[in-house]
Amino acid sequence: MDIKAGRLVDPCSTRLTKTGAWRTFVPVFDQDKCIKCSLCEIYCPEGCIHQVDGLFVPDLDYCKGCSVCAHECPRMAISMVLEEK
Amino acid sequence: MSQINTANMKVVEGSYAVAHAVMCCKPDVISAYPITPQTHIVEHLSQMVANGELDSEFLTVDSEFSALSVLVGASAMGARSYSSTTSQGLALMYEVLYNVSGMRMPVVMNVANRAMGAPLNIWNDQQDAVGARDVGWLQIYVEDVQEAVDATLQAYKIAEDPQIRMPIMVCMDGFVLTHVYEPVELLDKELASQYLPAFQPEKILDPAKPITFGAFADPSTYTEFRYQQFDAQLKSMAKIEKAAKEFEETFGRHYGGLVDSYFADDAEVVIVTMGSVIGTIKDAIDAMRKEGKKVGLVKVRSYRPFPVQALRQALKGASVIAVIEKDVSIGAEAGLVTDLKSAFYNSKIRMPIIGFAAGLGGRDITIKDIRKIVDKAEAARKGIESEFEFLDLRTEIL
Amino acid sequence: MEKSLLAPGHRACAGCAMPTTIRLVLDAAGPNTIVVSPTGCLEVTTTPFPESSWCVPWIHSLFENASAVASGVEVMLKRQKKDTNVVIIGGDGSTFDIGMGCNSGMFERGHKILYVCYDNEAYMNTGVQRSGSTPFCAQTTTTPPGSRSKGNPRPKKDMPAIALAHKVPYVATASVAYPVDLRKKVKAALQVDGPSYIQVNAPCITGWSFDAGTMIELSRLAVETGLWPLAEWVNGELAGVKKIRRPKPVKDYLEIQGRYKHLFKKNDCGDQLAKIQAIADANMAKYKLVD
Ligand SMILES: Cc1ncc(C[n+]2csc(CCOP(=O)(O)OP(=O)(O)O)c2C)c(N)n1
Ligand SMILES: [Mg+2]
Repeated sequence: MDIKAGRLVDPCSTRLTKTGAWRTFVPVFDQDKCIKCSLCEIYCPEGCIHQVDGLFVPDLDYCKGCSVCAHECPRMAISMVLEEK
Repeated sequence: MSQINTANMKVVEGSYAVAHAVMCCKPDVISAYPITPQTHIVEHLSQMVANGELDSEFLTVDSEFSALSVLVGASAMGARSYSSTTSQGLALMYEVLYNVSGMRMPVVMNVANRAMGAPLNIWNDQQDAVGARDVGWLQIYVEDVQEAVDATLQAYKIAEDPQIRMPIMVCMDGFVLTHVYEPVELLDKELASQYLPAFQPEKILDPAKPITFGAFADPSTYTEFRYQQFDAQLKSMAKIEKAAKEFEETFGRHYGGLVDSYFADDAEVVIVTMGSVIGTIKDAIDAMRKEGKKVGLVKVRSYRPFPVQALRQALKGASVIAVIEKDVSIGAEAGLVTDLKSAFYNSKIRMPIIGFAAGLGGRDITIKDIRKIVDKAEAARKGIESEFEFLDLRTEIL
Repeated sequence: MEKSLLAPGHRACAGCAMPTTIRLVLDAAGPNTIVVSPTGCLEVTTTPFPESSWCVPWIHSLFENASAVASGVEVMLKRQKKDTNVVIIGGDGSTFDIGMGCNSGMFERGHKILYVCYDNEAYMNTGVQRSGSTPFCAQTTTTPPGSRSKGNPRPKKDMPAIALAHKVPYVATASVAYPVDLRKKVKAALQVDGPSYIQVNAPCITGWSFDAGTMIELSRLAVETGLWPLAEWVNGELAGVKKIRRPKPVKDYLEIQGRYKHLFKKNDCGDQLAKIQAIADANMAKYKLVD
């Protein structure tokens, strides 16, 4: 590692750390109930829920399983499920 | 010291001469807070900005702490940055001092050395800067106003060197040098620009190339940050010598790079010191030499980095060394004498080294005092009676 | 390509409001922005060397000097004739307490800087100690309830009023639960030719002690009870207030947080609850929160 250059750190580089490993419960999205309000994406503290091919999906590499998305979903389309690891 | 061209000399106040030197360095941002005896420097700079002579952003801030913090932001934007302070102000900056050096920002600051309170005392000693010797800043101590002027320009050259990128304090004795009117050769703007090219930072805060400054480091990387600062300080020794040499080539003046000597080659008793007291010591040496006493002087110009090899070389012939310094490490001895002893401990060169805390809180150091110190040093050759003492202690008021 | 200007992989607790707050601010400010942050949870969780979550230029120096550092950045931008936003994002400890001197200096000098305080109402990074922003009765590790204590003995410092006293031309309060409002306020602040201050309610799961999933709900309740009025001041005048349709009793907000648990355990805390309700009622009256 070039620390001298590294005194200054590259942008967006925490992507290297997959905080998904912290998770106990995983959000499961019922896409049929989803009304595409995007509140889950807006509120997600990890910023890891995005629209992929029109559907909102969490990036499980980073999702810590906080359940804010499930709690805020106006259609209760997201449920938190104990994750088998 | 080399020849001075008296034709170009002007009698000006020390603070003005330094402010003029700063102007010739063309800093982008100046941020400072008033404190005696530094005030005149920033007042002169304010006037130069007000007159349009100096195109700098001058920030009047709420404290010295803010003053130096402003320069952290400015420096991260690629600014050549300047501040000046002393004593309580330097102490208030303490946390930021580490930050500036840790982030490798080449800030230059004139420190108008002054005593630390309590008791409150506005007069000169060097407790303030010596007390901040470990913060990562280079420290150059000057002997007279001319050297303060010249060292300020040299400081930017050293600080901004791509291999160094470290902040520098140019330390000048408060009042003694800041408020004195003496003939100096002010810097020539053109020559100064030739000597000091524009600052070229590699990376700055720029949305086109976003980077993170000042991340937090855990035990797995922190040591390496410190090591690199340490390494840069060691490397800066060659740069300090080079800056002095190039300065001599451009301006014809030289004060030594890391150290300087006065009749030290054949001297038996060598005085080691920093700052303006050198003037008095030189006068004392001249007088004593006439009497046949082999007395000499080694001036420590660069206190950080501490020039171990240069000092061993300059002092190897001495039979005894007396260190005179305007600071004290309360509970131990004092900065310079401790550092000097440690410079010799692992070498083959051995001589008695004794230390004197002198001139504290602005007390005069006279030629008579210097003679007294030399007498004590001579006596120490036969056996050290006291390794460290307060010069001229007024026992009647203790 | 990052979809937001704060990358995932940061080390904030699951359910922390701070990263959401940052993203909302950056969404509104856009990529042409330089961020300055003081020491605190934000700095520690988003910039563990050699990584950084920031996709905009970002600098941290110390706990109490972000405003001064940002001032240096701003004068250099002006000198370089660059039109880039300077945004400070800092915690309540640095904003309300230790950074006050630098903040006052920055406000007074009139720099074009947006100061966003993500207010989690205590020194969270060092383990939930009281700050000048900690509300009345809240438990922190330095205001623990006990036989002689009912939690924090003093009300929250009125930081927006302090900004207003400096004639800061744009001042607002916001909440992480009201993203549209927050983004709008950030945009308005960045239009101002001078300093601006936005204080965002940002619950801390560790310090306030609640179920992670309820983070947004909690911040919404702070607004709906009147404890956190959403207001906006332009050139010193109150310019807008978010009305509350159905105000809720403060009890609804307090009882789901561990930091107020003691108020519900002891019988003798009825006074305290009434006093907190009085704070909310006073806000309702002052800002005319209910039509
Ligand atoms: C001068 C100084 N004093 C104390 C600290 C220790 N410290 C670091 S962060 C912090 C609290 C931060 O609180 P706040 O600003 O509210 O941010 P939070 O962590 O709550 O997000 C403290 C006390 C420090 N870093 N520097
Ligand atoms: Mg806080």
